[in-house]
Amino acid sequence: MGTTDILIKFGLIVIIFLISLLIAMYSTYAERKIAAFLQDRVGPNRAGPFGILQPLADGAKMFMKEEIIPTTSNGFLFIVGPSLAIMTACIGSAVIPWGETLVIGGHRIPLQVTDINVGVLYIFGVVSLGVYGIMIGGWASNNKYSLLGAIRAASQNISYEIAMGLSIIALLMTTGTLSLKEIAAQQHGWHWNIVYQPLGFLIFIVCAFAETNRAPFDLPECETELIGGYHTEYSSMKLGFYLFAEYINMFISSAVMATLYFGGYNFPYMHSLGFSENVITILGVAALFIKIFFFIFFFMWVRWTLPRFRYDQLMDLGWKTLIPLAIANIVITGIVMTFIK
Amino acid sequence: MESLTGKRKIIESKPLNFWERIYLPAILRGLSITIKHFFRKDVTVRYPEQKREFSENFRGMHSLKRDEHGRERCTACGLCALSCPAEAITMISAERQPGEENLYREEKYAAVYEINMLRCIFCGLCEEACPKEAIYLDGDIVPSDYLRKDFIYGKDKLVEAPLNQ
Repeated sequence: MGTTDILIKFGLIVIIFLISLLIAMYSTYAERKIAAFLQDRVGPNRAGPFGILQPLADGAKMFMKEEIIPTTSNGFLFIVGPSLAIMTACIGSAVIPWGETLVIGGHRIPLQVTDINVGVLYIFGVVSLGVYGIMIGGWASNNKYSLLGAIRAASQNISYEIAMGLSIIALLMTTGTLSLKEIAAQQHGWHWNIVYQPLGFLIFIVCAFAETNRAPFDLPECETELIGGYHTEYSSMKLGFYLFAEYINMFISSAVMATLYFGGYNFPYMHSLGFSENVITILGVAALFIKIFFFIFFFMWVRWTLPRFRYDQLMDLGWKTLIPLAIANIVITGIVMTFIK
Repeated sequence: MESLTGKRKIIESKPLNFWERIYLPAILRGLSITIKHFFRKDVTVRYPEQKREFSENFRGMHSLKRDEHGRERCTACGLCALSCPAEAITMISAERQPGEENLYREEKYAAVYEINMLRCIFCGLCEEACPKEAIYLDGDIVPSDYLRKDFIYGKDKLVEAPLNQ
């Protein structure tokens, strides 16, 4: 690997990192706007035209706020918590194929930071690491509400990871690979995995809602019962990191869903339009981002529609419904595959 | 026991059927309802730029009126202060000096006239009590401010603008 290759990779990493942060920033704005529209309101409209500078104002506010570390908390872990949350949220984007290859000055640049052959497993590992940030933060706060929120987050993530993993197994049976790049490439044209795995996708998206702690599964931070849940004691930018991590997680899981089930960067007729390779790649990236934005919108749409599940209902749904369904999905996929081959 | 109104209704909670138990139809119905609201026109009045029209008998900020020659009508009789149930009005009267006939209509006028807008309840009794038709609550909403002392409005804010301006 030459110096230019390393520089190119480094540039790609920086670009993806900045894009994730930018999207997370504007997700906060989008969330407020969409919530407003769904409730016949206007939403933030003071900072800049249509309130477009609102995220900057919010960020500035977060930085200016007084930082309070409770005296009874564990000082070191109290800081580790949000750092871990945002770090694990950011590294998930490393294996997602954002597009095909871009040719610039003779260099072929694949728009993916790294194509490891266990990409799906990597995503799972990172997602399950994410709960540590919440756990550590909730425990270090030394506050019963924080602890309750953290415990809820942990048990919820563990329960839903099983169903999520099982729903993915059925997908892996049809694709035959764990590499996200190959999975994306296989869905060329209209061969999107959603057509072959509708039930698997349904299970996956429900689990994705639970994993990102979004409504209707936002029990770790439900305001009505737990004040703020695991981030009750947090203030200033440490709170900002937690909120930011949630939006980055949402972005990453939208990207994963788009890649696994909705064809990733593929769009119909992509190679029959007669464009050059670079143009197709750029259009593909745009297609992927349109899919991602749709899923982010869907996350918000659901949040402002459904009420929160009760905790026993959540566990019921996870263990008694989604896991058997996912197993049934595996069995059905297996049977169908045996008959078709 | 039969209820007195005869309208008693026995509510039975049936166990959820299959479609209710898998939540999805209900979720889709909910999503379709919210997306309809997404495209609905909002009803918000963007306040400082847009104002909702007030009714004709709306009582807002006070103004001290001038007569047709631009002279202050108020003669500092104190009836408004007397009638005020919130005791928001205070005034100090002064005698009109020769040469000030174009400023004040009567021989006596209010040198200081203050209304505490935090006390005022906008009942309009001062307007009714005034024998000179000098005070009316025909202004806008009293604007917000940071300090209590800034809510005590003097003549600089209350008296109508002179005619020739």
